[in-house]
Amino acid sequence: MNIRGTIKITPQAVVRDGQTLPTTKHGDALLTECYRNSHADYPKYFKMDGLCRLGFVASELLLMAQAEERFQPRDDRAVVLASCHGCLETDQRYETTIDDNDNYFPSPAVFVYTLPNIVTGEIAIRNKYLGESSMYLFEETTSEEERLQLLQILTFEDPMTTSALIGWLNYLDGEHYLAKLYLITNE
Amino acid sequence: MGKRVAKVIAHHALTPLADGSLENYRLVKEGRSAVQHHDAQEWNVGEDFMAGLIATPFASPRATNLALHSIRCALEQLSEPLPTSDTMLIISTTKGNIELINHARADVRLGAMAEQIAHELGLTRQPVVVSNACTSGVCAQVVAQRLLTAGVCRYAIVCGVEAQSRFIVSGFQSFHALSPEPCRPFSKNRIGLNVGEAAATIIYAATPAEDIQPNDWVLRAGAIRNDANHISGPSRTGEGSYRALKAVMTGAKADELAFISLHGTATPYNDEMESIAVDRAGLIDVPIGSLKGYYGHTMGAAGVLETILSMAAVDDHTVLATLGYDDELGVSHPVKVASTNRSTDKRAFLKLISGFGGSNAAIRMQKGGVQ
Repeated sequence: MNIRGTIKITPQAVVRDGQTLPTTKHGDALLTECYRNSHADYPKYFKMDGLCRLGFVASELLLMAQAEERFQPRDDRAVVLASCHGCLETDQRYETTIDDNDNYFPSPAVFVYTLPNIVTGEIAIRNKYLGESSMYLFEETTSEEERLQLLQILTFEDPMTTSALIGWLNYLDGEHYLAKLYLITNE
Repeated sequence: MGKRVAKVIAHHALTPLADGSLENYRLVKEGRSAVQHHDAQEWNVGEDFMAGLIATPFASPRATNLALHSIRCALEQLSEPLPTSDTMLIISTTKGNIELINHARADVRLGAMAEQIAHELGLTRQPVVVSNACTSGVCAQVVAQRLLTAGVCRYAIVCGVEAQSRFIVSGFQSFHALSPEPCRPFSKNRIGLNVGEAAATIIYAATPAEDIQPNDWVLRAGAIRNDANHISGPSRTGEGSYRALKAVMTGAKADELAFISLHGTATPYNDEMESIAVDRAGLIDVPIGSLKGYYGHTMGAAGVLETILSMAAVDDHTVLATLGYDDELGVSHPVKVASTNRSTDKRAFLKLISGFGGSNAAIRMQKGGVQ
């Protein structure tokens, strides 16, 4: 297994391939700063929930540093992510739209994000990845290495998959989140 | 030891129709449906709706207890207990115990729900939760096959579970995806889906390929593919479903298939997309069907439940009728759907499924070894 690139985003800092990127904001504002720094020009970003924004900017910053052509349809790259809290932040937000009988306004734009795998789809759409996309949920009772190793085994059992965007994405709220993504190949 | 394959060693389905796989199959073959009318006021949602709901009371957290019941029933069929350290639990669900969202409970987290189930069963390995929207139940079986063939464990318990809730019903209503009538998969006048709840379990064992007996069911191939198109609408070219079908048909022939169990939710877009994918994959002459008219869309449970019923149908030399299909085909490609049960002598089938996030998944199940 060959690691081609890494990224870690916390509410305080962005570290890509071991180097801290210059940023000035923190929390949710840091994600939008990352979006602007990536020059992605992708207005759908502003419709996304926190989990998707986190996954989107992490994948953008990681992939833009790679010496490879982007946005060509390909089916050999998988997007395989894992999380502890999944989309609970959005679940909570959706719940507030139906909690109050006198103010009942269930929103399809919020409801669609109440699935933890939407972020894998957002990344696949952005990059035209037609290969596998999967989202797994784990408690943090095992080590990060163990969970990552399991994801790798699962991912490369599909003979179509030769590289994968793989890792951990957890978004509790605008002040508490973590993205740790890897671009790995099976060479 | 030669190549290991994933063999089915037990299964169980808990649905509104029945508690047990074969009883469910018998009632489905008779044309019984679990889908009933439910009142908006009683559920405190915007409109009345149709759904297949389990009437038996299960204590909260409901999804956890539905899953535990089904898994225990499957385990009881085995002649001896599974080795706890060599068995992995794979849970497939979309919303788990979402009714706990306002109660600050850990088991609203899907991983925590799975750990609780594993703990109750005495399993020591960390469970895996697959949450790929409505494709989860097929994806979870793909995960089981990979864990077994890669040698990560010897046994895999796959449980798909969905408990219906105000959260889910109100959300689908906001999407205008629910039909106020029983759903009509692949029909011209289909207008939407019915939701359902179920818990369904399949236990797989890693088995040397040469040890497979003629009546053993084996998961031969599985694939998960993204449309890379839209987060809440299917691809107009059936991209991900086509690619998943193509992947699982590698090394197999269309005339070996008894049928393809499609997703067939009865929304206008889903069924149309599937007809395109089936045609593109060169499978247009294979009988197809949807089981949503019997149970509604059981979401995280659907892929597992529909695999169990499909195995039972092939065992009974039957292609099940698509309940709700009104004999007026409403998709652009001429899929072989029927409103009556048909007979078959074939020994394999495909299960295809798709969902939000652009996710698609397929498995090829085959009875007996490869000649």
